Amino acid sequence: MAEITIRNLRKEFGSFTAVQGSTFTIADGEFFMLLGPSGCGKTTTLRMIAGLELPTSGEIWIDGEEVGRKPASQRDIAFVFQMFALYPHMNVRRNISYPLVSEGMPRARVREKVDEVARILGLEHLLDRPVSGLSGGDRQRVALGRAIVRNPKCFLMDEPLGALDAEFRERMAEELRALHDRMGATTVYVTHDQLEAMQMGDKIVVMNHGVVEQFGTPQDIYDKPATLFVAEFIGSPPMNFLRFGGHVAHGATSVMLQHHTLAIPAARETFHGDLVYGVRPEHVRFIDDGPYRGEIVATEYLGTTQIVTLETANGALKARIPADRLARVGETVGLDFNGATVSLFDARTGRAIRSDLNEGILSHG
Amino acid sequence: MAEVVLRNLAKSFGTTQAVRDVSFTVPDGAFVVLLGPTGAGKTTLLRLIAGLERPDCGEIMIAGRPVASDTPAERNVAMVFQQYSLYPHMSVRDNLAFPLRSPMLRTPEPEIALKVRAVAETLKIAHKLDNKATALSGGEMQRVSIGRALVRAPSIYLMDEPLSSLDAKLRTDLRVELKRIQTSLGATFLYVTHDQIEAMTMATHVGVLDEGRLVQFGTPREIYETPASLYVAGRLGLPRMNMLPAALFAGAPPGAQTIGLRPENIVQGTGRPARVVRIEHLGDQTRLHLVFDGHEIVTLTDPHTGLEPGDLVPIEPMNPLYFDADGARIARGDY
Repeated sequence: MAEITIRNLRKEFGSFTAVQGSTFTIADGEFFMLLGPSGCGKTTTLRMIAGLELPTSGEIWIDGEEVGRKPASQRDIAFVFQMFALYPHMNVRRNISYPLVSEGMPRARVREKVDEVARILGLEHLLDRPVSGLSGGDRQRVALGRAIVRNPKCFLMDEPLGALDAEFRERMAEELRALHDRMGATTVYVTHDQLEAMQMGDKIVVMNHGVVEQFGTPQDIYDKPATLFVAEFIGSPPMNFLRFGGHVAHGATSVMLQHHTLAIPAARETFHGDLVYGVRPEHVRFIDDGPYRGEIVATEYLGTTQIVTLETANGALKARIPADRLARVGETVGLDFNGATVSLFDARTGRAIRSDLNEGILSHG
Repeated sequence: MAEVVLRNLAKSFGTTQAVRDVSFTVPDGAFVVLLGPTGAGKTTLLRLIAGLERPDCGEIMIAGRPVASDTPAERNVAMVFQQYSLYPHMSVRDNLAFPLRSPMLRTPEPEIALKVRAVAETLKIAHKLDNKATALSGGEMQRVSIGRALVRAPSIYLMDEPLSSLDAKLRTDLRVELKRIQTSLGATFLYVTHDQIEAMTMATHVGVLDEGRLVQFGTPREIYETPASLYVAGRLGLPRMNMLPAALFAGAPPGAQTIGLRPENIVQGTGRPARVVRIEHLGDQTRLHLVFDGHEIVTLTDPHTGLEPGDLVPIEPMNPLYFDADGARIARGDY
């Protein structure tokens, strides 16, 4: 298995820069997510790791060897695409065997390997069936089987669940993660679905317009977003942004919004200008007599919790509260924000203001 | 707007029974969501109401009138598909105005202009009215196709997964937006999805389909809290309900085969020990994967929990649901 290091990786297509100087390390055995909206450069990054694109500049190290200029076939990786590319005229066994047979492995050994992989993926009863009659999920399992059977140094997956329906995607996501836990192979996985990234990943890189916005564990990225983009892209519903003009001093533990004092984690820098007060929906609480108030405009029942949309003096805001708390449209309630979880951002650049909460993350992020 | 009544509807394609004896009423002004996995018959039902398919038997009434012999146009329904289908050579404005310019409606141009403007503002595409339809992002194109349905005042809006091709953020925004539009117009919506969050958050009524049959019809809260069967119980809830042998815990009523435990039905800290397998940080919620007596259980825990794989957590059920050998829920009063 393998560690993958990316250094100052850059890719230009004509005058368009798809990836602008990415640097990050994927530890051996990690399930690593490349996350971002379409066009952010995540697939280009994956294709460069695979050897399907040549970088314009920068380095790619797999298992201690610089492979940036090597062809895909010499990198010992396995690629799983969004559209499962199977050989339609072959049965399941021959589809999975194919990479081994083409390497010239002895037939008995191939049989053994394919049986083992089929057992891991629960495909034993389908081995003699043609792939054309299989369900979407089983086809994707066969595609995975063909990748796994070679024991590559790492797996690269480009939205492998993108074509499946919501319910099935959820189940396959759990299966994939459980499979990874059993095999422990380094996996790089591209997705635009933040929930998928949070659910499966050990680490996440969030990309936007070819730039790495943040790199870290799912919980750190969620709790301590480095930029407005990350704060909005991660979380459903995303972080609330209350925009205001003002001032925050080094060491301050509150800011003034509409003449109300709102708590923040102690600031580690001084800043003047347009600011954004960022608070996650689950850190908004209703209180009877709070001075900062909002009017309920919509409620969305989710079973365990509900999402309440409110109109405030600083714009719309969403709160996630227990489903048994009564919330009527038209009602005005006091709002309390859990100050220890708040992020402040420079509204112009989108950069998070350094604080006791995020300092450890931003300094090496 | 109008009430839509379905009575004993059935439709087969060859040997596949897509819709089997389905009866329900979409009340005037309701937002009914049909929920079910791929192949449950959701889309076929919409197409039957729209008049794009003919039922094998059964009756469809729109506003108190049987519509069996009406053409799709005569039924006065508006349909929005998963894949937006716009006229690529027309501007956004002309795409939106198109249904109003139909010879059947004869809407005067000044009125068309007013309506188009109002709908464009609601859907936040007013600044793109003069763009070509092809010069829009995917999300904008889907809003135009929803807008094209909204400019009319049909008996019912039929929507087939209109949000499923959009990205997560836009989907969340449009969900609230659609619900707001429906409420303010007092419009009748029949909406097909397999996304449980859309069903829970937008619907006044949810119909759950299983292989062409309607297995439960009720408010989202009824479906979530008192599911008729294991099948229905498994459709709603994130994480999904844990379904375990009833004998695993004390207190099961007679005839109970399966105990259904949602995260809010699992007390941590008392009871018998479960082993932590994995902790999944999803941001707003943190999932705890446990093994209890050889059975996997997924529940929720504090985002900043100190638990690690291998730790033991005692757990105990609280107000669980019970199901019999056929998967039917045993009513609370019976235990």
